[in-house]
Amino acid sequence: MSNTNATRTSTAELQQLAAAGRWHVVETVAKSKAGHIGGPLSAMDLLVSLYFNELAIDPQQPQDPARDRFILSKGHCAIGLYAVLALRGYFPLEELATFDQGGSRLQGHPDMKLTPGVDSSSGSLGQGLSAGAGIAMAAKQLGAGFHTWVMLGDGELEEGMVWEAVHTARRFKLDNLTAIIDLNGLQQYGWPVTEDGDRFDRSNPWAGVDLEGVFDGFGWNVVSINGHEFNEIQAAFDQVRAARCSGKPTVILAKTTKGKGISFAEGTYKWHNGVATPEQLAIAAAELGQAFEGEAK
Amino acid sequence: MKAQRDVWGQTLVDLARSDNRVVLVDGDLATSTKADLFADAFPDRFFEIGIAEQNMVGVAFGLSTLGYRPWLSTFGVFLTHRALDPIRMLVSQTGAPVKIAASYAGLLNGSSGKTHQDIEDLAIMRAMPGMTVIAPADAAEAEAAIRWAAGYDGPVYLRLARDAVADVFDPGHAFNPGAVHVLREGSDAILVSTGVQTSRVMDAAELLTEQGLEVRVLHVPCLKPVDEAALLSALSGSAPIFTIEEHSIIGGLGGLVSELVTSTTLGKTVTRLGLADSWSESAPNAYLLDKYGLSAQRVAEQVRHALADD
Repeated sequence: MSNTNATRTSTAELQQLAAAGRWHVVETVAKSKAGHIGGPLSAMDLLVSLYFNELAIDPQQPQDPARDRFILSKGHCAIGLYAVLALRGYFPLEELATFDQGGSRLQGHPDMKLTPGVDSSSGSLGQGLSAGAGIAMAAKQLGAGFHTWVMLGDGELEEGMVWEAVHTARRFKLDNLTAIIDLNGLQQYGWPVTEDGDRFDRSNPWAGVDLEGVFDGFGWNVVSINGHEFNEIQAAFDQVRAARCSGKPTVILAKTTKGKGISFAEGTYKWHNGVATPEQLAIAAAELGQAFEGEAK
Repeated sequence: MKAQRDVWGQTLVDLARSDNRVVLVDGDLATSTKADLFADAFPDRFFEIGIAEQNMVGVAFGLSTLGYRPWLSTFGVFLTHRALDPIRMLVSQTGAPVKIAASYAGLLNGSSGKTHQDIEDLAIMRAMPGMTVIAPADAAEAEAAIRWAAGYDGPVYLRLARDAVADVFDPGHAFNPGAVHVLREGSDAILVSTGVQTSRVMDAAELLTEQGLEVRVLHVPCLKPVDEAALLSALSGSAPIFTIEEHSIIGGLGGLVSELVTSTTLGKTVTRLGLADSWSESAPNAYLLDKYGLSAQRVAEQVRHALADD
């Protein structure tokens, strides 16, 4: 089971998939009356690129031992992952309507025991990179050639456990492990950029910190991209593959926009989570090029 | 008479010879926990994570997803407190077969004081759904429990003492999860214990006999699951119940027995002996056992006084 470049999904197709994924996020959260918006939208282009162009996976065999692993460490963005898993064929798109409902396979945070395609439970932030490191270590131990990907949020990088794993991944030469940081610059509340500036401008928890330099200093390969440019994302994945024998893990620092793709949600912490009104859904549908009948399905 | 930590290191080396799933994940305390025995024997299956206990649990979880059954090696206090969240989300909630070997558990940890004395672990781990919680009495039971845990496809918390205690069981003792052991019969009181405290309770029973009192001694090595019917049966009769543990009197064995008794019509009081909602201190073992009422003499004294008051 391997991903072949010959079957790469085109940029136009990825754009369509990402638009559909974003629509499923906002529509599903509106229907369930609770959920996260900003983070799933900022990560969507990265997620569809992974699932449609990079990961060696087979939705019909979600437990295939040879599959690439993906951990959504920023587990509160589960609905984004579920939308992509559904689009990729792990379960029917209609099942998204069960999100957060009793008895659903689609829990508020990813549950590896319930959802096909989820390789690690997550939700309490900061733990996914350690889990990914353990998987990558096991793969090396067993001589398994698959790759392990972990997506973290930039707010999540505030968790100390992340940096324990950053240290371990380099020490164990885990070049079969990649961290993608969704640098959308906003978290649930955060803090103002300047003491005397606009108190609602809360962008970038890592202002004044050279994240590239930090990861480089820990001995990682560092690739910085625009996380909404599909050609840059693909180039980053190509660099990861090229670094497979470097003895170094790779981090992709992906600059993104929180709430990307929906005008009223873009660039504000206020749509970290939220429920769109029918009027807002209509705007979102129009902007994402999706059909909307006037109420959430 | 061997220390449980020595038994742990040696038993894992023995198990690893025939079970490729056995790997060890250490938090830079291998020479204390005796994981160094494993590191010497199986360097390729020994993962030294360093002083990063949360990460260590995450790594162990990751290893377990590919079929390994990792054993964690560090002081218990760093697992049940610092690394509790990864244990909760990645191990307990997923049912991962990670084996949490809590070394230096309880009060007696080489005079390290309250920062390192884990007197809340049983309460914390008991409360966690899906967790098997074991506190073996001695070397023989520790070895049996380790062998059982290695074969069990789920998370296990194993409370291991630093220092050797007098043997309670013969070599070759079998471990059955949930079993309740009646170690001594008597009708004046029922003394219930767990972990290495049971050895001291047996000595206390001997002292009480010399003073004309015959007590039943129960050993509960597995706080979860536990054979409730067997425990209730052993707690029945008119004799008063005492729980004695090298742990806080809140939520551990005393909690277990109290919850069980009050959920029935047994109608008996339970006197809980242990750390009475207080932190301890750095001191030699004998001093701590005496001060906190856990030495054989102090246990006998407290039971005798309670019976005299009745």
